[in-house]
Amino acid sequence: MTDHTHKNCKALLGLLSEYIDGELPAELCKEIEKHLEGCDNCRIVLNTTRRTIDLVRVPADENIPTDVRERLFKRLNLDDFLLPKS
Amino acid sequence: MINTTTQSFSIEALRAGDRAEFALLMDAYSTPIYRLGLKMLGNAQDAEDILQNTFLNALTHLSSFEGRSSISTWLYRIAANEALMLIRRGKSNVNIEDLQSENSDDVIMPETFIDWTILPENELLSVEAKNALDTAIKKLPESLRVVFILRDMEEISIKETAEILNLTEVNVKTRLLRARMALREGLSAYYGERTPPKEKQ
Repeated sequence: MTDHTHKNCKALLGLLSEYIDGELPAELCKEIEKHLEGCDNCRIVLNTTRRTIDLVRVPADENIPTDVRERLFKRLNLDDFLLPKS
Repeated sequence: MINTTTQSFSIEALRAGDRAEFALLMDAYSTPIYRLGLKMLGNAQDAEDILQNTFLNALTHLSSFEGRSSISTWLYRIAANEALMLIRRGKSNVNIEDLQSENSDDVIMPETFIDWTILPENELLSVEAKNALDTAIKKLPESLRVVFILRDMEEISIKETAEILNLTEVNVKTRLLRARMALREGLSAYYGERTPPKEKQ
């Protein structure tokens, strides 16, 4: 915890998104991980931000409601292509 | 999310008025565009209007689509514009270009430090929790909300999100971070009340 300052927390916060998305160079990731080892609050912010993103991800099999799809095709005069969606 | 990225469409056929190709395009993108409308506006009727207007608009302007961006970028741009115009209806001539003038680059500092990730899945994924999440999304300013929806819900790259919204990649990243931080705070307030005291600080 010797290098743990509020300044480091703020710097980490600025890079948090890119760290989560795996867009930072390895050297910088190492520095961030070193800081995380000694900073409970930053670790919590990282974990809860990651989980927040997981929770909003959309299920792969989600589809628009059938009636909405039907009205869309009719509105565009494409109802002759309104076959059941595969 | 449906897999739209690997599906390709014949621009020539679309521009030539091939209705079957346009129907395929609608099936590929109607789900994410409807969802964008739903999350931006928060209600099904507006989402349906955005969906229909997006494809009507696309159909009308296909002949002028030059292919400088991908068809998906182009469609999302129309949809985002439709959503933003609907949100700001009543204020004149406001569209996607106005996103650029909103400078809010300050990082939102976290205030809640509770590790609610230890909660069981059934609590994290409850209907009530989903409502709390939707409420938190609704509270985001639309300039952050649209970035968050495209990037984190639809998993569109930073580069394409920037192209869709006519923003720089740096700008998209800044807004994404702000949106993520704001939602994390919103969820921390909700889940924090349900987390055992020893995890609270």
